[in-house]
Amino acid sequence: WYQRRVREAVVSTQSTGSSGINAEYGEYIQKNLKLYEMIHGYKLTPNAAANFSRKVLAKALRSNPYQVNLLLGGVEDCGTPSLYFMDYLASMTKEKFAAHGYGSFFILSTMDRYYKDDMTRDEALDLLKLCIKEVQSRFIVNLNSFSVKFIGKEGITVLENIPGSGTVHKDVPPRSNPPPNSSPVLKEPVSLTCL
Amino acid sequence: MSILEYNGASIVAMKGKNCVAIASDKRLGIRFQTVSTDFQKIFPMGKKLYIGLPGLATDVMTFANELKFHTNLYQLQENRELTPKTFLSMVSNFLYKRRFGPYFVEPVIAGLDPTTDEPFIASTDLIGCPMVTDDFVVSGTCWSSCTVCVRLCTSLTRAQMSCSSASPSVS
Repeated sequence: WYQRRVREAVVSTQSTGSSGINAEYGEYIQKNLKLYEMIHGYKLTPNAAANFSRKVLAKALRSNPYQVNLLLGGVEDCGTPSLYFMDYLASMTKEKFAAHGYGSFFILSTMDRYYKDDMTRDEALDLLKLCIKEVQSRFIVNLNSFSVKFIGKEGITVLENIPGSGTVHKDVPPRSNPPPNSSPVLKEPVSLTCL
Repeated sequence: MSILEYNGASIVAMKGKNCVAIASDKRLGIRFQTVSTDFQKIFPMGKKLYIGLPGLATDVMTFANELKFHTNLYQLQENRELTPKTFLSMVSNFLYKRRFGPYFVEPVIAGLDPTTDEPFIASTDLIGCPMVTDDFVVSGTCWSSCTVCVRLCTSLTRAQMSCSSASPSVS
């Protein structure tokens, strides 16, 4: 996972893929947005920043493509938030909620069910925790912890990490090794990796 | 799964008496996962000229932007709006320019002549082969099933549809 603070107080991007390419792309976008601000004296809106990012991806697509999937979120000066989902092929949509990767198959369903337009920040954080819980219980890969950033009118706030491990369903008791000689076939106990 | 089916799209355009109708779905998918239910695929290129772009979503956006740029330039230079026929030639030309590295879109054009209001529908393939028809055009992942449906509609209502019957037929 690679994150880049693209612009102070307004926009932050998240991208998946191999780190070297992410760093180059993220930095390129960040510095260009900063340059725009320096030249013109005002910041780009999230919509403009997203379209710029898309243009960079699209231009490179047929020669030297970036393997970067993006979620670009930002808040305008007047307070209107927007979230843009961008594929590595540079297809872009404005969404109320979005997710990338294998986890997205689970997260989008959870969000479909529980997302509301007028959620407060705490409700949103609860929904995020629910999504992470869902991923932890359904996704085959064990993910340690999740970093959380909140983008509001006042800027980017880094929140506490949400731990992935240990958030299994309440009903399911924690796994333990089976007692020795329980299986008629195996002679020795098999050790299981616990979540 | 072919590259033209990666994002999924269906576009239909029909001609009626002094009118045209064009319709598209709004789904953006990545293979079988639906990512967005609000993705624009029909773009206005004039007051009475629309182009529907099914195919790879990134090329849909890129191609629509490029076309909009060139139609705007045309309007500024010629001081008049594009006719649909000229627009078809423009689309065909831009697609063939990329003959060996094409845009993965198969556009559908629907519009009225800016001066005479004569209806016009056409479509091209991804490398710009133009096809002008008198009744309907379909494009996108559903083209085979759509063709059957639309042919059924048009056989029932004939070519003298008015505007009001054209829209329900298209939907």
